[in-house]
Amino acid sequence: MIEMKLISKRFGKINPLSIDEYIHFNGYKNLKKALMMEKTEIIEEIQKAALRGRGGAGFPTAAKMMGLAKEVSKEKYIICNADEGEPGNFKDRYLMENDPHQILEGMIIVAYATGGTKGIIYVRGEYQKSISLLKWSIDEAKKKGFLGQKICNSPFNFDIEVRSGAGSYVCGEEFALIESIEGHPGRTRVKPPFPTEKGLFGKPTLINNVETFSTIPTIIEIGGNRFAQIGTLTSTGTKLISLSGNVKNKGVYEIPFGVPIRKVIFELGGGIVNDRKIKMVQLGGACGPIIPEYMLDMIIDFERFEEFESKTGAGAIIVIDDRFDIFTILLKIVRFFQHESCGKCTPCREGHIQLGNIIEKFIERKATMQDIVSLESLARVIHQASLCGLGQTSTTSIISSLKYFRDDYIDRVEHSERGQTI
Amino acid sequence: MKMVNATINHINITVEENTSILKAAKKFGLNIPTLCFYEDLNIKSDCRVCVVEVEGRKGLVASCSTPIKEGMVIYTNSPRVINARKTIVELILANHDTNCATCVKNMRCELQNLAKTLGIDQNRFPSVLQKCDIDDHNPCLVRNPNLCIKCGRCVDVCSIIQGTSVLSILGRGHETRVSAVFDEPLSENFCTFCGQCASVCPVGAITEKDDTDVVWKALTDHNKHVIVQVAPAVRVSLGEEVGLKAGTIVTGKIVSAMKLLGFDRVFDTDFTADLTIIEEGNELIDRITNNGVLPMMTSCCPGWINYAETRYPDILDHISSCKSPQQMFGALAKSYYPKQAGIDPSDVFVVSVMPCTAKKYEAKRDEMKVNKEYPDIDAVLTTRELGKMIKQMGIDFENLEETDFDSPFGITTGAAAIFGATGGVMEAAIRTVYEVVNQKPLEKMDFKELRGLNGIKEADINLGGSTVKVAVAHTLSMAKILCDQVRAGTSPYTFIEIMTCPGGCIGGGGQPYGTTNQIRQNRIDSTYVVDANMKFRKSHENPEVVALYENFLKEPLGDLSHHLLHTHYHDRHHEEQKNAYDEGNH
Repeated sequence: MIEMKLISKRFGKINPLSIDEYIHFNGYKNLKKALMMEKTEIIEEIQKAALRGRGGAGFPTAAKMMGLAKEVSKEKYIICNADEGEPGNFKDRYLMENDPHQILEGMIIVAYATGGTKGIIYVRGEYQKSISLLKWSIDEAKKKGFLGQKICNSPFNFDIEVRSGAGSYVCGEEFALIESIEGHPGRTRVKPPFPTEKGLFGKPTLINNVETFSTIPTIIEIGGNRFAQIGTLTSTGTKLISLSGNVKNKGVYEIPFGVPIRKVIFELGGGIVNDRKIKMVQLGGACGPIIPEYMLDMIIDFERFEEFESKTGAGAIIVIDDRFDIFTILLKIVRFFQHESCGKCTPCREGHIQLGNIIEKFIERKATMQDIVSLESLARVIHQASLCGLGQTSTTSIISSLKYFRDDYIDRVEHSERGQTI
Repeated sequence: MKMVNATINHINITVEENTSILKAAKKFGLNIPTLCFYEDLNIKSDCRVCVVEVEGRKGLVASCSTPIKEGMVIYTNSPRVINARKTIVELILANHDTNCATCVKNMRCELQNLAKTLGIDQNRFPSVLQKCDIDDHNPCLVRNPNLCIKCGRCVDVCSIIQGTSVLSILGRGHETRVSAVFDEPLSENFCTFCGQCASVCPVGAITEKDDTDVVWKALTDHNKHVIVQVAPAVRVSLGEEVGLKAGTIVTGKIVSAMKLLGFDRVFDTDFTADLTIIEEGNELIDRITNNGVLPMMTSCCPGWINYAETRYPDILDHISSCKSPQQMFGALAKSYYPKQAGIDPSDVFVVSVMPCTAKKYEAKRDEMKVNKEYPDIDAVLTTRELGKMIKQMGIDFENLEETDFDSPFGITTGAAAIFGATGGVMEAAIRTVYEVVNQKPLEKMDFKELRGLNGIKEADINLGGSTVKVAVAHTLSMAKILCDQVRAGTSPYTFIEIMTCPGGCIGGGGQPYGTTNQIRQNRIDSTYVVDANMKFRKSHENPEVVALYENFLKEPLGDLSHHLLHTHYHDRHHEEQKNAYDEGNH
């Protein structure tokens, strides 16, 4: 089996409503262990583990923790980013619905190590089940003394609260998320200062993804060195993959980094529905690259993904079979970002509508070679000049399609005037 | 301060650490184009026009918000940068009404300039503009969303500088727009009409409502006797409209220009500023001696009155009942003046030139009609509108001879001149109140502690043996601090001056475009130069004011004063402004 269940090991085995079952399954053991450790020691373990953020950007978690730990402030916020809005991603929901205490435990450990005083889980508004489960779990953890005053009879105090947005995609961006918690419209801020310096309500703030926090107890359990041996040299540990699209077995799978995409699709996903051919695979989510079938042997790894001038994304694999036209897929993606852009910076606000209009010309078979040039140029400007991660990644699909599916573009232009079908 | 080394376009530079790339480049003679950036306002980093390339960074960075670090290698003009900048400006133009030749900001538009600078001869992107309604439902400001480029400057001044938050960014994505709440007109959102939004707008999306046509019409109507008053702050700023240095004093040239424009008489608002001091000073003394409501607050700023009536209706008793100098002038111009000149008051057409957009609203208030039928002030022009008329007339302003104001509202004092700067009204009032109460000449006439751009300034004044505290605030966010104290009953002051605009009237919403703190300071400096050079520097020494009381008004706070020079305020907290002041529409 290519699966490796480190953070999904309790999925389906415990009742997520029951803290006792979680405790019985080694739950909160690692918190107790961490509370016995020096704070710096915890961060060192995470550094040894070479854990990188699982939300998409892959920033080293230990560096963030050190950043927060060195700040002097009466209040420090630990935020769990559970605003899982990226199309094709649903692994955070699995974590929240199957093993909520693991997230809490991870947050409490990080808070202890960095001096965090208050935790907030910002959950996507549509995830009502996750929200109620987390609220329930927080209450349970408080009753058992894992949250609140004097956690596990140590001098450490920490509390967690659940907040949710109203369904805006961009609120998953860290500063937009902070603005949203503060009660403002979800629009990003200028960096610097970074959240660890000046985040929620102007206080030092650490924001990590659900999966990142969920991984922390495992690292405490097995140690940073052992964790680092899992995966590849630059991408350690395991990754939850949200597999969807035209595959037989859609779902969330935990694999060590380094597994080829093809294996995930065929061994875990069971191949394509009706055994059709793969036309394209989108990686990471709507903001990720679109690759052709012949590239599926590439492994899942942070470094490999940099080839696409993009980030790994949160681990989605969306398989699209040969019944679909690349331009209709691209149009859907662009219109999504056109709608979800916060509207703060020009390239993102004004660019997507223009991208969509150009792609429509390809769909309507009215495009020219000049449109290919314009599309590429505009997509690159949005990618390079936008203020936040949304605009910086929204055109990855277009840029990658121009690279790997250029024939489709040229074919469409050449067959435009005569109105022939392809 | 730690210094760091970096290179910009291969040139070695050394600057203080954390200087922005934009500022550093400027220091070394290189102007990186910008659009949302505005001196003294927040760095927003929204427009992305100022992007540059930094070696080692994948994307382009905004030079306005990126601090220089040791060893940074920066390119401000690489092909990638130029292409991004052009693309961004093309995208903006594709969602902008580009009928530039018929735009109110033609030739003064920052977007137009930018397109020209970047050499955008054609736009690769088709227009995606969806036309929206123009908001001109108030007498002061016109908002044309079809020109808005969502730079957010207006939102910044409205929310941060003024703390009024009438304008904000609504919607998201392509539907992002600057608007008042629920997309309602400004008039229904308790806008104070300060016009600071208009003064920072880079394009023509927010401008003053243009009244030049009304004035031109009156000037060419032979049945009208058209007189004009010029506010104190205009004489140190109008020069900028014709290309002179900020702060150039052009008092005499304005009078000459007005004569060329065809005004029958040119008067000085400074005269009624002196009159305001006499009335307001006596009101203060009256409140102090007769246990009146204190602290007393000034009333000459119409933006502040709008703010108080809508946000602090419970403290209206604290506001002096004196009309503003503009309206005192209007009242006299429709009563005393026609009698003196032997003209039917209904034939007198009164124009004001003000640094202010809210004055247009003030002039239309129901209380501002001494004859009940027609307004005391018929038209209000901003400094910018006067500049426009001067250009339309083809006046060679710079080379005009200087002319004195006409009588009977022509002799003025230094006290009146400083009305234009924050702290000026207070200083002018003290010069008079001190002498009236203490019955001895004021030795030190300059109250330096009340001058300058600090948000709130204080002074202690000796009146009749006891010390009273006075305070001065400019910008509504600063005014709020003092108002909250007054509301809570904890205000330590006896007299408070409030001006809505940063720097006072010299920084008014109707002043020449491009006002920064430096320019405000230049105008303030000139204001005090005007004051220092005056023959009379205290309002009660103005011989024409003295004569006005002798021949007409009889005494300060007397019956006639009350009828002509004083007013009252309304609680507009729950009121629909739209209905109350409907005649201002359209």
